[in-house]
Amino acid sequence: MPGEAERSLRERLGRLKSLPLLHRTGVAAEEQRLQEQLDSISRVDASEDEIWAFVELARHPDRPYTLDYVERIIDDWLELHGDRGRLDDGAIVAGLGKLEGRTVAVVGHQKGRELKERLDRQYGMASPEGYMKAIRVMDLADRFGFPVVSLIDTPGAYPGVAAEQHGQGGAIARSQARMLSLAVPTVACVIGEGGSGGALALGVADRVLMQENAIYSVITPEGCAMILWRDRDEKKKAAAAFKPDAFHCYELGVVDQVVSEPRGGAQEDPDEAAASLRRAIVDSLESLEGTPPAELRRSRRAKFRAMGVFS
Amino acid sequence: MTETRIDVRVEQVESAPREKHPNTCPRCGSHFRDDELAAALYVCGHCDYHFRMPARARIEWLADPGSFVEEATEVRSADPLDFYDLRPYRERLAEAELNTGLADAIVVGAATLEGLPLELAVMEFAFMGGSMGSAVGEKFVRACDSAVAHERPVLLVTSSGGARMQEGILSLMQLAKTVAAIDELHEAALPLFCVLTDPTTGGAMASFATLGDVIVAEPGALLAFTGPRVVQELVKEKLSDDFGRSEQHLRFGQIDEILPRAEQRPYLAQLLRLFAR
Repeated sequence: MPGEAERSLRERLGRLKSLPLLHRTGVAAEEQRLQEQLDSISRVDASEDEIWAFVELARHPDRPYTLDYVERIIDDWLELHGDRGRLDDGAIVAGLGKLEGRTVAVVGHQKGRELKERLDRQYGMASPEGYMKAIRVMDLADRFGFPVVSLIDTPGAYPGVAAEQHGQGGAIARSQARMLSLAVPTVACVIGEGGSGGALALGVADRVLMQENAIYSVITPEGCAMILWRDRDEKKKAAAAFKPDAFHCYELGVVDQVVSEPRGGAQEDPDEAAASLRRAIVDSLESLEGTPPAELRRSRRAKFRAMGVFS
Repeated sequence: MTETRIDVRVEQVESAPREKHPNTCPRCGSHFRDDELAAALYVCGHCDYHFRMPARARIEWLADPGSFVEEATEVRSADPLDFYDLRPYRERLAEAELNTGLADAIVVGAATLEGLPLELAVMEFAFMGGSMGSAVGEKFVRACDSAVAHERPVLLVTSSGGARMQEGILSLMQLAKTVAAIDELHEAALPLFCVLTDPTTGGAMASFATLGDVIVAEPGALLAFTGPRVVQELVKEKLSDDFGRSEQHLRFGQIDEILPRAEQRPYLAQLLRLFAR
């Protein structure tokens, strides 16, 4: 069955590409061989069900969230609260901690595990205040030279009355603008749902990583089905059309690296998922080390300016 | 012999409410000929309702006569995902081009306004809802590049339903792409002025539309990240009449001014004078 073959090839390719120690020397030939195989069968599109499997894994209720990874990856964690304006938005967590012995700032969406926590955190859908909190912590990181690590996991920005009144769009735009202007190294990783502008607000980084069962998309499959098919139930068709899975995002040049997960998904073994994520983040930060701040900003800008396919 | 029946379905179809003519004012019902509407800057002469203004007409009105030099005309949308919903994306593109005479949903170029140089980037809602795909992103980037090269400010007039879903994740990346272009513009100490027109929603609001150094809006324009229908569905209560409209955004401090079309040229000329170096 070509679908199964493609999935397993993509998995193996993703694993190879995320091996940090080999630096692509020893595995180059193997990587090329797999890529060729994949190219030859990619003519047969991944089926609706295969793409949908990624959507379901990305939304799996047991999937590790930002704080689950922070607990496993960051030492000496200190969470910071509040946007210094209106409130503390629980949909975004931010703080400082140690990674490989040096201080980093972490910002990320947080969905919440139990019903009450989910409601408190709006299912990880941030309001403008959440993005202002992220900006405020990025300001701090910039001031003291702390690298910024952002973890993305949100269905989208919160679609509420107050959120609109207090400038949801502007907050998302300013968060991107702040990320672009940072003079410190930045790494972002999509760890679950990378939903639209609400996700991108934390995604404009020097290195953008994506876990192999995460999704990153311009709109939810349900929203796209509603608009283009005028039928919410066509969500699988919509997802298959806009291809939100990590491997397509990698192929389109939107993410730099696919981070491998334990077989069956990150929820099967959060410790292993965290170890793999940690390696990828540390590796990315190391590759950015020593780059002058002006050069960081210039090449980050160049990277995002080059996004897109046109004729 | 079979019984004759009257087909009542025909009557139902005929009694269904018909779409209003695009030249009929949705607020007061006044109707205008094409040339009347164009001569009035697409504003209703009776109730001041602002119709959507085509990008070409707006440029012709904003730019000093003969000063507009269009740029990046060769940039066109591709179809990286081979996207197909109810119809193929390529077909939608071709249809939009036929209907608007434009290559994509934005027109960019250099011009002067009251003798002062500026870079214009004007969006066209009639082209696939002014949606932002790779071509829109690229043309805006080139407009900013041209502005930096010639040291002139950028005036962006938005009218967009947001990211172009048919380009998938790449359309989301166009948000970051426009923000990156503005970062470069700002590094060169050049300003971005935004005129937000009806409607400016979704991705446009979460990127270049809200990053203007000065932001003005047209009266009654819908400006929202999430549109009122979606918000209404969620909160399940009646929203205020001006929800998501320019007037609300002015009250909440999101924009600097609401300007009827007739007042925009002098205001923009003043901005250009104040920021001139």
